[in-house]
Amino acid sequence: MAKITLSNLRHSYLPSPSGPADYALKEIDLDWQDGGAYALLGPSGCGKSTLLNIISGLLTPSEGRILFDDRDVTDLPPDQRNIAQVFQFPVIYDTMTVRDNLAFPLRNRGVDEGRIAERVAEIAQMLEVEEMLDIRASHLSPDNKQKISMGRGLVRDDVNVVMFDEPLTVIDPHLKWKLRSKLKELHQRVRATMIYVTHDQTEALTFADQVVVMQDGEIVQIGTPVELFERPQHTFVGHFIGSPGMNVLPAEESDGAVRFQGRQVALEGAVTGQGGMTQIGVRPEFVSLADAGLPARVHKVSDVGRHAVVEAMVGDTAVKAIVEGELPEQGSEIHLAFRPDHTRLYRDGWLSTEAQT
Amino acid sequence: MKTENQKAWFFVLPVLFLVAFNALVPIMTVVNYSVQETFGNNVFFWQGLDWFEQILRSDRFQAALGRQFLFTFLILIIEIPLGIIIALSMPKKGMWVPVCLVLMALPMLIPWNVVGAMWNIFTLPKIGLLGYFMNDVLGIAYDMTQNPFAAWVTIIVMDVWHWTSLVVLLSYAGLVSIPDAYYQAAKIDGASPWKVFRYIQLPKMKTVLTIAILLRFMDSFNIYTEPFVLTGGGPGNSTTLLSIDLVKIALGQFDLGPAAAMSLIYFAITLLVSWLFYTLMTKDDAQ
Repeated sequence: MAKITLSNLRHSYLPSPSGPADYALKEIDLDWQDGGAYALLGPSGCGKSTLLNIISGLLTPSEGRILFDDRDVTDLPPDQRNIAQVFQFPVIYDTMTVRDNLAFPLRNRGVDEGRIAERVAEIAQMLEVEEMLDIRASHLSPDNKQKISMGRGLVRDDVNVVMFDEPLTVIDPHLKWKLRSKLKELHQRVRATMIYVTHDQTEALTFADQVVVMQDGEIVQIGTPVELFERPQHTFVGHFIGSPGMNVLPAEESDGAVRFQGRQVALEGAVTGQGGMTQIGVRPEFVSLADAGLPARVHKVSDVGRHAVVEAMVGDTAVKAIVEGELPEQGSEIHLAFRPDHTRLYRDGWLSTEAQT
Repeated sequence: MKTENQKAWFFVLPVLFLVAFNALVPIMTVVNYSVQETFGNNVFFWQGLDWFEQILRSDRFQAALGRQFLFTFLILIIEIPLGIIIALSMPKKGMWVPVCLVLMALPMLIPWNVVGAMWNIFTLPKIGLLGYFMNDVLGIAYDMTQNPFAAWVTIIVMDVWHWTSLVVLLSYAGLVSIPDAYYQAAKIDGASPWKVFRYIQLPKMKTVLTIAILLRFMDSFNIYTEPFVLTGGGPGNSTTLLSIDLVKIALGQFDLGPAAAMSLIYFAITLLVSWLFYTLMTKDDAQ
């Protein structure tokens, strides 16, 4: 168990990177607290797997240090870092039984057989795979294989961190939530630091206490699921998290007022900074139909179950609103209202209004 | 309820027809010869299983069969491990991959009789490069035309040179199909290189290795051209393998009956051993 510190981390897959575009990871400074459940969320290619492989030691970063409890492990190989990793596709040793699979990491470290039997039994009970212990691992279903590869990570009691690299990719949808809640339960039981890499917001938000959102090799926001939803620090976070994502609307700034399609919009707080490209961000949840406000024409109405998503055109810009109850006709003229405490200004993508106090 | 679609047979029929003409009919001809005696003019006398008994009892057949098993055993015991070792040490990516693959494939592209002729010239004492080097530079007596041991070493080395590539290429195909995650997981689990080989690489190569072993068994058990061109079965009978002996009986002595019986015995042994190999190597999967 350990606190993990990433300091000034940069990585490039090219031998001599010149510009920022050559870096898969740009300047990462991050602390992972001991025992936390973290998710690393971002679209494919944003550098999250690179970051994971650097923490596990499968990759050596071009620049920067990795500290486990203030001990520099940057140059240590994976087996000396006491970490565990679960991969996208279940990795099991086909020719061994489930029991031998679970015992493998311990045997390689010369743990005595009595202790191994004890640990394997404990983990098997935790994962509910006791009745499978003596069958060949190659005969298991994908979700059980994935359980076993998790088990190989958890069986060592000295692991600093368990990392999951999109572990539910090959699992059937109806088993996904089962494994996900199993994972959550495991975290509560073993209390090891866990880092869960995914591009699926549902997985990230249900698993983690803290979500780290990445884009283009940079961390754009770290926060609890609620924080990410309520107050995105970057338009990317707003757009990436939520279904549908945050409305990001072109805005003009003049005389201390912010206008969208020529109409002034009330914001949560005072505007900070100046210049750059300005945009208004407001989640569809906080856009409502009103008697007065922004005039708009309904473009599309899609009923998604509990509520409907109304897409309305304000001038040439589409705005989405989540509406419950009575729905407007397609093509009808309506008015939209933004809830001021959830309407923010973004400057070059980054949040640029002060929070309400 | 499963209804069976009998129409599929119509698609199989043409193949059946072809196989009948290129395999069944010739084999039946051999069966025909193996139970009869002929003195020409298409006059045949029923012989029963006499030829089979004669062949199986003959010292000559037993000696050739023994040599054949020894040859095949040596080929497998050398080529399979060597092929795996070479495949393991080949680069997995980069510009050297195609170079290695082409170099590996080269020996297999050379026709059998050319290989035999090449090695014949290469190893002849006095005029061959290897023969001259061994005898006149190193001072080691080496003459595969006179010394049975030298002849054996030469045909084994020749076959290893010609066919190890097959094992290499098949093993390599198995190796490159292993996802990186397996190696990474093994690293994290603290597995030694031997354990990586034993529990990851070998199991993943198993299917292709089964094919490699079967192919190398059948090819080496039925080998004819290369040793025939290289040594002609000599010196004496020391390198007279089954196929060489069979051709001597059939076309040299024109004893068609015994030759036919021997062909069938030969075929049965090949089939039986192949089946044994296959069953033993795939029995784990069926459990």
